[in-house]
Amino acid sequence: MTDTQGTESATEAPAERRAPGDAPARPRGLGPLGWLRWGWRQLTTMRTALVLLFLVAVGAVPGSILPQRGEAPERVEQYLQDHRTAGPFLDKLKMFDVFASPWFAAIYILLFVSLAGCVIPRAAKHLQAMRARPPAAPRNLERLPQAASFETGRTPDEVLAEARKVLKRRRFRVDAADGAVAAEKGYLGETGNLVFHLALLGLLFALGLGNSFGYRGNVLLSEGKTFANSLSNYDQFKPGRQFDTDEMAPFTLTLDKFKAEYETKGDKRGQATDFSARVRFKDDPSAKERPYDLKINHPLKVGGAKVYLLGHGYAPKFTVRDAKGNIAFQDSVPFLAMEPQNLTSEGVIKVPDADPEQLAFYAILWPTAVASDDGKQIVSAFPAALRPVLTISTFTGDIGLDSGVPQSVYQLPALKDGRLKPLPGGSKLLEPGESFTLPGGKGTVTFDGLDEWISLSVNDDPGRVPALVAAVLAVFGVATSFLVRRRRVWVRAGAGEDGRTVVRVGGLTLGNPTAEFDEITAALSGARPGGEEPAPATGKKE
Amino acid sequence: MDSASLANLSDKLMLTTVVLYIVALVAYAADLGFGRGRRRAETAEAREEARRESRVLAGAGGGDAVDTTGTTDGATGTTDDAPADVPAGTAGEEGGRDWGRLAVLLNLFGWAANLGVIVTRGMAVHRWPWGNMYEFLTAISFAAVTAFLIVAFRYKARFLGAFVMAAAVIALGIDNIWLYNSAGPVMPALNSYWIAIHVTAAIIATGAFTVAGATTILYVLKSRREARGPIPADALLARVPSTEQLDRLALRVTMFAFPIWTAAIIMGAIWADDAWGRYWGWDPKEIWSFVTWIAYAAYLHARSTAGWKGRRAALLSLVAFACLIFNFFGVNYMFKGKHSYAAPAPAPVVRTVERSGGSA
Repeated sequence: MTDTQGTESATEAPAERRAPGDAPARPRGLGPLGWLRWGWRQLTTMRTALVLLFLVAVGAVPGSILPQRGEAPERVEQYLQDHRTAGPFLDKLKMFDVFASPWFAAIYILLFVSLAGCVIPRAAKHLQAMRARPPAAPRNLERLPQAASFETGRTPDEVLAEARKVLKRRRFRVDAADGAVAAEKGYLGETGNLVFHLALLGLLFALGLGNSFGYRGNVLLSEGKTFANSLSNYDQFKPGRQFDTDEMAPFTLTLDKFKAEYETKGDKRGQATDFSARVRFKDDPSAKERPYDLKINHPLKVGGAKVYLLGHGYAPKFTVRDAKGNIAFQDSVPFLAMEPQNLTSEGVIKVPDADPEQLAFYAILWPTAVASDDGKQIVSAFPAALRPVLTISTFTGDIGLDSGVPQSVYQLPALKDGRLKPLPGGSKLLEPGESFTLPGGKGTVTFDGLDEWISLSVNDDPGRVPALVAAVLAVFGVATSFLVRRRRVWVRAGAGEDGRTVVRVGGLTLGNPTAEFDEITAALSGARPGGEEPAPATGKKE
Repeated sequence: MDSASLANLSDKLMLTTVVLYIVALVAYAADLGFGRGRRRAETAEAREEARRESRVLAGAGGGDAVDTTGTTDGATGTTDDAPADVPAGTAGEEGGRDWGRLAVLLNLFGWAANLGVIVTRGMAVHRWPWGNMYEFLTAISFAAVTAFLIVAFRYKARFLGAFVMAAAVIALGIDNIWLYNSAGPVMPALNSYWIAIHVTAAIIATGAFTVAGATTILYVLKSRREARGPIPADALLARVPSTEQLDRLALRVTMFAFPIWTAAIIMGAIWADDAWGRYWGWDPKEIWSFVTWIAYAAYLHARSTAGWKGRRAALLSLVAFACLIFNFFGVNYMFKGKHSYAAPAPAPVVRTVERSGGSA
């Protein structure tokens, strides 16, 4: 399909996609089989392929303009809320799932069927051509795009033998018949072209393989915690259609320490320069534990899965004692960043075990707390925890965990229906190590210090390696098909009027003629003493 | 030299580059307008005429005709092989100023200054100097000018100079006015050896596509003008090569760039697999790289399909080039995605993680 130029002359070109000109005429009075055949021919024309290519491109565009569920589900929700009329309509058209939509699939499947319908028969033909003899010399060699002739004192047989030698040395496939030598080379060009298109088909299959048998999950892990790879431990999990939980590698992973480095000087102050998570992992519960430095661009490969460091945040540690003085809660709590620049973060602490009344807290953390410019507020001036301060507000009542309805660990939904009530005088600024005694003897809360959390993505994609192989083949295929062109050379020698031998040489190259032809002619005519200067190529096209 | 003064030198060299490109642009335009190029075009026209005749003779193809055509064409062949457009030692023999040589000289100085901008920036920041949009566009301009210089020497395509210089000046103008970003470290996601491979490939391909785009625009202009009637000898378009040659040059350069663009996308996918945990996720940049790829693929196919050859294929190539430009500006500044390196200080991605029940 990527032939750079079509037929150069009357000699036959390789099996090309049919040009729209010779597209079969609309049949009349054909049976169903005839219609099918007609439809198939239409589908495999280059014009249809071009239209389908164009449709794939146009179809992909909405996927870049509108938010997509696969990438950013929260932005899709936002969009639907903001566009009450257009939103549901677009949703019906699958505009938020473009790349999983039936219409997009229809386009690319048609394209690939069209591609297969062209490339596979063409590959078969190419295999035949590679074994066949080079086509016999056309009658009028001088009509070819490249042609030359000269006279020599040698006999025709000598010249033809010489031609065979010269062409063979140049790795042409040579065949001799009735006073002429036919030679052909450059099959690699068409081979590359076919490899490229077949590799694209392979790439599609690899993508499908990954989508069907793989899985992908996200998990948040705080310092000091361990993650075991099983379905229930994920925060988000997306299995492939054919995925089987038994295939999950039974690894475990412990986060020892996360370190973020930031630029401290200049106008790029506060920009992150490096993230690194020191982890320990085991391939399976009985295996030896090994350390690993998990970084962005440096995923961990374990048991067929890959573990990626995606994000990070702060997880302040708290100890909460209830009214009786018992420790009702002691753990680190992941906070989410409210702004990406200096990581002001918020989070909630839920203490369902507090006695007699359940306790809950909402807190805002400033990693590097400073006064705002007007002096009235606290803001964070730097993303690293140089001077962490948090403000905490207390709530009492029923958190709502016992009702069995799942709730986010970052929110207190019971605030809305009044089951949780703010505790008067229950707000306080805390620095690490400080405690706050809640009013009314409700207990104490201590800000023990600051840990960090990382978010991890774990995935297993069995299509990964096949996709890579297909992609590499595609690149080599397309490069080869552009670099190597099929070339044919014919040499005919016969006795001239004055008894000298007239030698005619003709060349046909797909695309633009090469200098090789002139070199061959020169080699033939100047090969022996007595050989005359060749008349340069006639009708030479550049 | 320390980082700060290297960064400063880089910024100064940037100014030098822009000035030299502007002067080169003027010189190339002068060459097109009233330089030796005009006379050359006229002789080229005559030569073309002679060749056409000889082909007709060859087509007549009698035994006698062979020798005659051979000689005629041999003669043209020799003149043709002389580096007509490349500044040769004998240049200036016809008197008057040789604007073309001056333009190429200025262009080479500008090119060297452009290279200097990139090298000093890289030395100042101790990393590959294409970590943000400013550096990326600087490198693309350099790649486009390099591609042009290669084409100018190899395929005698000096006529493109004014157009490529204009593109480079516009790009560097946008670069300095809107995209400027002071020297500094990059976000951790860009901290990978893949930046050297993936981004370099994208830069080279974009530079070459730019040259192909300039050639195609000229092709479309000239073929439209030709469709209306013969072009007068003193028209600007008469001084650029024939539509056939323009078409072929555009194809050649596209055929060089297309596999590199393919490789850039694939290496991007490999990098994405390492950095983001998936090799293809329909990120806006991925989508538009793919759309661009599709459009160039369609052009290459159309070019070999009867009925699509010529101006229709050229329009496809321009659509593809528009996609390429949009992929650079539109995607980075209009859409939110993983390639949004336009923000001055991007922060790491923080995913909202929903958990149900229990405490953390």
